[in-house]
Amino acid sequence: MAAICALGIDVGSTTVKIVAIDAQGALVWYHLEAAEPRLEDQTARLIELARRETACADATLVATGCGRGLVGQAQRKVTEITCHARGVFREFSHGGTLVDIGGQDSKVIVITPAGDVLDFVMSDKCAAGTGRFLENTARRLGVSLEEMGKLALSVSQEASISSTCTVFAETEVISLIAHGVALEAILRGLHRSLVRRVAAMVRSVGLTPPLMLSGGVAWNLAVRAMLAEELSTPVVLPSYPQLMGAYGAALIARDIPS
Amino acid sequence: MNLASAFRYHWNVHLIGPTVLRAVRWREELFSAAPKGWLMEHLAPPLRINPRMHELVSRHYLRGRYAHLRDKVAWVTSGAPSEFLRALGFYVLYPENHAALCGTARRAVELCGYAEDNGYSRDLCSYARTDLGAFLAGVTPVGRLPKPDLLMACTNICQTVLCWYRVLAHYLNIPLIVIDTPFIYEHAEEHALRYVQRQLEAAVPVAERVAGRALDERRLRRITHLSKEACELWMQVLERARHRPAPLSVFDQFLQMAPVVELRGETATVDFYAALLRELDERIAHGVGAVRHEKARLLWDNLPVWYRMRSLAELLGKRGAALVASTYTNAWAELAEWIDPENPFESAARVYLHPILNRGTGDKLKTMQAMIEKYELDGVILHSDRSCKPYSIGQIDQREQLFHACHVPALLLDADHNDERSFSEEQVSTRLEAFLEMLGV
Repeated sequence: MAAICALGIDVGSTTVKIVAIDAQGALVWYHLEAAEPRLEDQTARLIELARRETACADATLVATGCGRGLVGQAQRKVTEITCHARGVFREFSHGGTLVDIGGQDSKVIVITPAGDVLDFVMSDKCAAGTGRFLENTARRLGVSLEEMGKLALSVSQEASISSTCTVFAETEVISLIAHGVALEAILRGLHRSLVRRVAAMVRSVGLTPPLMLSGGVAWNLAVRAMLAEELSTPVVLPSYPQLMGAYGAALIARDIPS
Repeated sequence: MNLASAFRYHWNVHLIGPTVLRAVRWREELFSAAPKGWLMEHLAPPLRINPRMHELVSRHYLRGRYAHLRDKVAWVTSGAPSEFLRALGFYVLYPENHAALCGTARRAVELCGYAEDNGYSRDLCSYARTDLGAFLAGVTPVGRLPKPDLLMACTNICQTVLCWYRVLAHYLNIPLIVIDTPFIYEHAEEHALRYVQRQLEAAVPVAERVAGRALDERRLRRITHLSKEACELWMQVLERARHRPAPLSVFDQFLQMAPVVELRGETATVDFYAALLRELDERIAHGVGAVRHEKARLLWDNLPVWYRMRSLAELLGKRGAALVASTYTNAWAELAEWIDPENPFESAARVYLHPILNRGTGDKLKTMQAMIEKYELDGVILHSDRSCKPYSIGQIDQREQLFHACHVPALLLDADHNDERSFSEEQVSTRLEAFLEMLGV
């Protein structure tokens, strides 16, 4: 393993991600696990794990994500907006519009050709349009998260989900099942509902191509396909969409004089 | 007023009360330069004039406590033309200011709860709920509010006030004067000016009947003159923020604006702002900024978040971001030049037709653009206030226009001016921090 230079930790609402990078900024080690209720203990454990596994006791550390305030060991705490933009810019070396769909919020970030954040919007006080929206309904329908995107794309029929609220959408899904609507059509309708919300956020800041996608939901094939269709532009993905926040944090940590 | 009432009023309002309040001010001036835990490293100490402002506002509420012994009482909306009521000797109370005071005292949620228990929806303005709750439950942090003999609602700030004051009139069975101000896009047409002036003139006999005396026009001219003077001084206070570093922040402005709103037309208010100006000039002479290491200068649009003033000031101040101008505090200054003491009704019609909330969203955008230039601002925070729909409507487009046409970054921040239940700490701080990172501070 190359000599570790910096660590980044992204304490999200659903998962905690920690990465280590070398002096050139290449991602050389990472770990991801579900967020636990006692985040403070969990982040301390993960930092120790990172330091042990990568033998980098003195590497600088930057924390991001909604739980960044709980990481006492971090030299700096930086918001997800800046970190995601930094991580994605490093990977693609160009600007554009980044959509990050996380566990409990979504963000749209406009990145300049020089890699700076030009503008952003975040979803507010509502889990619709986030990973939690899909998680909830996947559980209700007995479908795994990995499968749901594929199933949604396997049909052309689409059930209309009118509710924009995660909780009410679940009630609507139960009603559709009771009316005998095919599972795949319901799933397609759910994805459409989520994607439309995200697309509206993109339009509110103005789409600057290319459209990039990060966050755990980026792995969902239907979200990718439908977002591209909704905004009439291809969607590009970084190699590790879920790690972009932590990776960006590590890149910022690398710039901190030790 | 009989002799016993006169004695009681004089004793409490002119002797004991002011003596106690003066002693409180002296104590504050001597012993508490800054509240506990104040971030001295990042923020200048609170303005020295704060205790004097507290004294001024407390004296107003003290007068209200005993007003029934001497004066007739009028409750009016914040944008109402109140000068002629003062000239008629009314004690004038602003329920919106009272609600804001409840907000800063962190009592608004409790009071909103009383209104909600009585069937008022949470979708109503939190000022209306705070005051209706205080009224229905008889609870207020200021001790006691005087019951009104007259109500006056002016629709130049919103339509909610119309329903709110109709509810009060229904409960109290007292006269309600409504001043209807047609919405204007930039400048009022002649017919709109005449329409409002006629309403004002028609309101006088109603108020005279309640007051039990005739309007003294000389007194009205004097009060209008004092109003103009206070508003002009307030403009000078705000303009001191053009200096770098700005000697006062928008948070200071939110606190110091109370007299220009609720005590316009009084000599004490004019003296107060003259003293505030002197203190600001002292700060400028010594290079003292409200934010010690001012790196970015921002505009605040909409009402304050009354219950989070200090934490927001700290969050911004720590990073060197100074809120130096606000469309809200500017609203009590920008129309000062139109006030004409020699033509009190004619000029009041023009002034009270033109508050920012009664003008089109395009015109509001122009106001913001002018302020950005005047105060040399780096960004704008648009408080999307759940309670104040007229102020918040159009902010999405304004944000886009500011960004694309003026190249000024703007942030939309969801909150509520008085109801803490609509404030999400984490979401607000993440957005603000990300915005500041974007600005490079």
